[in-house]
Order: sequence, then structure tokens, then C-alpha cells
Amino acid sequence: MLSYSIKRVLMLIPVLLGMTLIVFAIIHAIPGNPALTILGTKATPEAIQNLNRSLGLDQPWYIQYFTYLKHILSGDLGTSIQTNTPIANQIWPHLAATIELSFVAMIIAVVVGINAGIISAWKKNSVLDYTAMIVALIGVSMPIFWLGLLEQWAFSVKLNWLPSIGRMDIISNVQPITNLYLIDTLLEGQLDQFWMVLRHLILPSIALATIPTAIIARMTRSSMLEVLKSDYIRTAKAKGQRMFWIVYKYALKNAFIPILTVIGLQTGLLLGGAILTETIFGWPGIGLYIYNAIQYRDYPVIQSGILVIAFIFVMVNFIVDLLYGLIDPRIKYR
Amino acid sequence: MRKKYLVLTLTLIVALAMALTGCASGGSSGSSSSAAGKTLIFGRGADTTSLDPAAVTDGESFRVTQNVFDTLVSYDYSKQSTNVIPSLATSWTITNGGKTYTFKLRKGVKFQDGTDFNAQAVVFNFDRWMNGKASGQFAYFPSMFGGYKGDPGLVIQNVTASDANTVVFDLTRPSAPFLKNLAMSPFAISSPAAIKKYGKNYGTTAAVGTGAYVFKSWKRNDTITLTKNKSYWKSGFPKLDTLVFKVIPDNSARLNALKNGEIDMMDGVNPSDVSGLKGNNQLQVYYRPPMNVAYLGFNVTMKPFDNPKVRQALNMAVDKQGIIKAFYNGQAQAATNPMPPSLLGYDNSITPYPYDLTAAKKLLADAGYPNGFSTTLYTMANPRDYMPEPQNVAQSIQSTFGKIGVKVNIVTVEWSSYIDKLMKGGIPMYIMGWTGDNGDPDNFLYTLLDKDSIGSNNFSFYSNDQLHNILISAQSQTNDAQRVALYNQAQVILHNDAPWVPLVYAKPVLVGKSTITGYKPSPTGTEPFENISIK
Repeated sequence: MLSYSIKRVLMLIPVLLGMTLIVFAIIHAIPGNPALTILGTKATPEAIQNLNRSLGLDQPWYIQYFTYLKHILSGDLGTSIQTNTPIANQIWPHLAATIELSFVAMIIAVVVGINAGIISAWKKNSVLDYTAMIVALIGVSMPIFWLGLLEQWAFSVKLNWLPSIGRMDIISNVQPITNLYLIDTLLEGQLDQFWMVLRHLILPSIALATIPTAIIARMTRSSMLEVLKSDYIRTAKAKGQRMFWIVYKYALKNAFIPILTVIGLQTGLLLGGAILTETIFGWPGIGLYIYNAIQYRDYPVIQSGILVIAFIFVMVNFIVDLLYGLIDPRIKYR
Repeated sequence: MRKKYLVLTLTLIVALAMALTGCASGGSSGSSSSAAGKTLIFGRGADTTSLDPAAVTDGESFRVTQNVFDTLVSYDYSKQSTNVIPSLATSWTITNGGKTYTFKLRKGVKFQDGTDFNAQAVVFNFDRWMNGKASGQFAYFPSMFGGYKGDPGLVIQNVTASDANTVVFDLTRPSAPFLKNLAMSPFAISSPAAIKKYGKNYGTTAAVGTGAYVFKSWKRNDTITLTKNKSYWKSGFPKLDTLVFKVIPDNSARLNALKNGEIDMMDGVNPSDVSGLKGNNQLQVYYRPPMNVAYLGFNVTMKPFDNPKVRQALNMAVDKQGIIKAFYNGQAQAATNPMPPSLLGYDNSITPYPYDLTAAKKLLADAGYPNGFSTTLYTMANPRDYMPEPQNVAQSIQSTFGKIGVKVNIVTVEWSSYIDKLMKGGIPMYIMGWTGDNGDPDNFLYTLLDKDSIGSNNFSFYSNDQLHNILISAQSQTNDAQRVALYNQAQVILHNDAPWVPLVYAKPVLVGKSTITGYKPSPTGTEPFENISIK
């Protein structure tokens, strides 16, 4: 297992390197000039030229790429063109916001999705099954921005139960330690603030969880259906085992490998795909950070932001690969 | 079998947990009165770029810096006008044929870091901006004052402190918009001590001026918090203790947050949402007086738009009232001239081209296009203050042009690429707009349509020597009556030559809680929040 892990980590290098090249190529292919976007229509053409020069954007693309690569390899994520501040200082608060949101969304998706899938498989072709699968179908096809606005309208504006925007009350003073506010408020021992942060998480995390919940539910259903047909389940039934234990203990364990794969993929997708949720809920996450950078053609931020997300995506899937062995002892790593 | 219900229970627990957290402490975060004193939270669509006003050109940055800094002279915000009134300078005299400005500075004013505001500080700030050429910083400075130090266009020859409270500006030539330029928020005075102390980080971790509020904290893409400057030189101001700017990118979500009481005020309201606010006594709607123009531009170097008759014909084929009704919720004024009516020298005597398709078709036939022609109309994908729904406006133009035989193909381009494309040329017809900087007609007519501006903001590549001579002489004319006469002439030329179809002067919408008092939106797009209060 150790040698496998080392091998996998080494394989990350070409993957990430390829990633930098692709990202670099794409952002330089989109039209638009950062200097012009930063300075706006008010700037003189000369000022734009000057800024282009001081940003190194007048260099040929391969020189720009290698300069960028050199910096990345020495651990320097670069400096934002727009704000002229080091990206390394800015990226963590944004990333932490997204991680917190995605984590809560993923918990919802896993708990709700797996249970819905199990019930559907267990009560195949029942009203319960049809309801769950129709809801899942709607979930997959739901536009998140629309769902988000609807949630805000219902639970904030009309019912006044939950806050509609932000990570916390705007004038509250949660002290960032890790920038994961659920943890920070606990570290500070501020239970009321923890509660307040949690309340802010509810609407956006439900919006973000919709699609993964639906996908996990559908995957769980099909995987469970397969397993429930197998001989050892019939034997267990014949022995008079309680159906609940058969489903949750024996069947789920064997059905879990494909579900885990989907969970891994979805977690990675959430990190990069939270942008719509972040826009609607005024959530200062990495998606919003990169989105702004794209609008400003802030090349270093786009590059480093996507690189960090790609890295996390690859790492999550690496962890999932390792988990396979824990769940199914028949899987051996070489 | 009984235990099968456990499964259901599990799912129910999740649902219940959600509901309970909701009910546990219902209600929203009240913001007006709390431990922080009187607080106002302003919701907006994008974050500030930098808190150093001289280093930026975007309105979201000025919205904040305007409250931290003061300028030498100020626009008359309380009257919502762009007339210039004293601020850090209490009085000034203009001598030497309009080439020397002598400012008497307000005594006893301190920067928020405790250092003195004086003539030396003013000189320090101007020196800093004028020497910005190498760094490419301070981009707004050369666009308003004609260049950096060493550039032939720079209108400021030198800035000197003749005593601790007197600053003298020597100009290379008389400049009519000079005072108005000094009132612009990018040219606010920073503390020299703070600039030296923070170096490259000035504007990011610190911003020190003489203004009504002190910069406290900045969470990127989230909030900027300012607190009351207790030793502000205008006694009794500001009225708020805390001022917070919160980023919520989506217009509808921002409105939801306002309705839920999480923010107190916002801009960027979709015009279509405004009618839904009528009858809501919790909220009040503000309209910013227009200092902008949205227009349809023609590239006058390309066929068939090189023919003035074609341009005049198309001027008669745009249903401006229909556009205003459909996409501005009625809250805009149909445009006649390339500059808004609130500006000095606006020519009221010009009769706008009527919306008359028959006349348009006839004129088009006279120009040699009885069957019309096909062309391409470019528009931006992103809404702007002066153009909330660019694609719909483009479609409206497409439909009325179609009725006179002009077939229009619409191309939508994302904003950051759009300006780039327009500057490079080769675009036959485009939708664009401009929000004024300093409230001077020069900032519209010269900046947008003079031949000197080809390659920057003259996207029509319109070049007219007669117009050029008028605009140049108006620049150095300091007598208002004579400037008015010159700008009237210029507008007549532009009306007849018709390089644009001026579409509308838009009134951007803001919404706030009805408990807010003393707020007057300024035509310049941003305003200090010193008079504003909230119950």
C-alpha cells in the first residue's frame, strides 16, 4: 500500500504539470487584455502599454509560461494583477470558505442521497421508489441559481427563518483562525456564533447539495439493486435476518464501491463548481475568486486558483482510491 | 419488519435538524442598532480593487475611498450637482490668464494617522501621481490631466507650497475642467506618512485620509468595514458609527438580502424588479441623476456608415421610448445629444430625430439603399449602469431596423473583450455608453468623439477638424458663457453628422430601507456617506 501511495503521488506531477499547460493555453486563448480591463476605458493607450510591460504581458507566451512555472516550482503562487497582492495570502480564506460549504453540502448529499437510494432499491417499484427517483431527476436538472433564489425567497424573505447571504451576520466579528468558521467559533468557545455560522450554511449548502444528492441517490439505487439480487442476500433472508440489517450491513458494504467513486468525483466537482451558489449567496469562496479573476483577466489568479482546485480534485480521488481497500479487503494495491 | 421505519426516521432526522436550526433563533440579523452603534450595510455587486484612490479607475473602489478621503475641492453633493465647492481648500484664486491657481487650505485638519494635513502633503500627493509613468500606476491621472511628468500634454507645470497652508498650481495652458478634475475621487489626498510607511501595501492593508470614516478591515470579495472618524473636521459628521460594504454579486439575491433586512441599502437593482417594490413601505427607491449616455455607434470609416444620410436615417429608426419603457422600467430619458442635459452647455434647441420609419426608409433610398443592407451589431454581454439589458436593447434595434430593410446580425461579446475589440476597430455598429468622470462637457464630447480620442474612446473613428477646433478652444476657455456657445456649436455638428444614435440618459436605481435619512445619490456615481443616517 505504501509503495502504491508513493507511485500515485509521483503520478501527480505530470498530471499537475499538464494542468498548468492547459490552463495557461486556455486563458491566453480567450480574447481580452488584462491591462485594458484593469485600467478601464478611462486610461490612455500609453498607460495600458506601460502596464502591459510591467506585467510582463508583452513577452512571448512561452517565456511567460516558463516564468510562471519557475515561480510555481519555488512555491510562489504569484501576485494578483488586479489587486497587486500575493495570491498565497488571498487564496486560503477563499478556499476555506468553499471547503466549509462543500463539506456541509457533501454531508447532506451523502446522508440524504444514500438513504434515498437504499429506500428506492429496497422498495423497488413502490410509490416511495418512484417519488425518490422523480425528486432525484428534478434535482439533477435543477438550475442552482434558480433554486438558490427560491430558497432565499421562501426561507428568508417570506418565512424569515434563515439568513439569505454571507458566511455570518455582516456585523458580527468571528475571529478567523483557520478561516473555517465552524471550527474557529468552537475554538473561541463561542457557541452562539457557531450556531449563527451554521445557520448561514444551511441554504447555500442545500442548494449546492442538490445535484450530488440526486446523483448519489441514483447510483446507490442501481448499485443496491444489483447486490440485493445476489445469492448471499437470499441466504441471509432465508436465515431470517432482519431486512434492515441485510440492507444496511451486508448489502450496502458490497454496493458501496461505485457509490464511493461517485462521492469522490462529486466532492471534487463541488469545490470547483460552487461558483453559482457562491454568486447567489454572496459567499466569498474560491469560485467567486476565480470568477472575478476571469472578468479582470487576472491571469496569475486564474492559473493558481485552478491549479489549487485541480490539486485538491486529484487528492480527493487519491484518497478515495485508498478507501476502496479499507471497504473491500479483496482489493489489493500493488 | 418494524425496524424498517428506522430508515425513514433517519431521513426525517436530517429534515428536522434543518427545520430546527431554522426555527431556533428566527429572524434576521438586525443591523441598524447594535453594539457597533449606528451601522449601515451597503450591498453591491463587486469588490473594491484598491483603497488607494489614485491607483484605480473603478466605481466600486471610489464608493469606499470617497468616505475615507477628501479632495481639495468637492462636488456639491448635497445639491446633487457637479458644481465645485470648497473642501480641504477653503478658497482659491485664478490668476495669470487662467494659468495659476492658488488654494488656501483648511487649517487644523489632521490625517487619520494623526499627522498634519498641509500644503506639503498636497505637493507630495501630486508629485507621486505625476511621477507614475514608470510604474504605469495612477492611470486616471494622465487621462484627466493630459499626461505624466515629461509628457507634452501634461497641463500641470508644477505644484508648490508657498506656505504651510497655501498651494500654487502653475498650468502650461488655461484648462476649463481643471477645478472639476480636482474634485474627482481619484485625486483625494492621502497621508504622506502612511504612504511611506506602508509602501507597496498602501491601499491594501492601509488607507489613510482626512475623510469622515476610518478604514478598519477588508475581507476580500466579502466586506469592507469603515468606522466613524471621531476627529473629522466637519463637526457633527458623519452620522453613522459604522459603514460596511458587502459584496453580493447577483442582483436578485442582493434584493432578497435587503428585503430580509440583512443589508440596509443596495445599488444595481434590475429595472424589472423596481415595479415590485412599489407599495413596500419598508423600502424606498432612489434614482441617481443621470450623468451618462448610452448610445448606438457607427464606425464612420466603414461602408455604408461613411454616408451621413445612412446614419441620419438609422437615427429615425430607433424606438427610444419603447426601449425605455421595456428595459428601463420607464426610468430613463430619451437622449438627443452625446452628453446628458445636466451638463454645462447642453443644447436644448436641437430637435431630436423623430422615430419615423417612413422618413427613415425614404432617406435610406436617397442615400442609395432603397432595399436596405445587411450589417452586424455588436453588444456587450454584461449589464452596465447605463444599459441594464444590452442584449434586449440590441434586439429592439434589430427589429425596428428590419422594418426599413436593414438586416442586423447581433454579436454579443463579454465586457473585458468588448472594449479591446472596439478599440481595434472593424466593428460596423455597436452599443456602448459612458458615465462621466468630472461633470464637464469636455469629458463627453472630447473624450468620446474628438479625433484625438481615436484609439481610445472614440470607437466610431469619427474625425472632424471643425469639431476638433471647437473642442480644443473650449478646453482652454475659462469663461462659461463662451464655453456654452462653443459646446452648442459642437452639438449641432454632431447632430447633423450623426456618428451615433444617442439612446438614453439612464437613471441608475438604488433601494434602501425606509428608515434611512439624508441620502442623496450623486450624478458622479458615488458619494460620501457623511450625511446619511439610519433609525
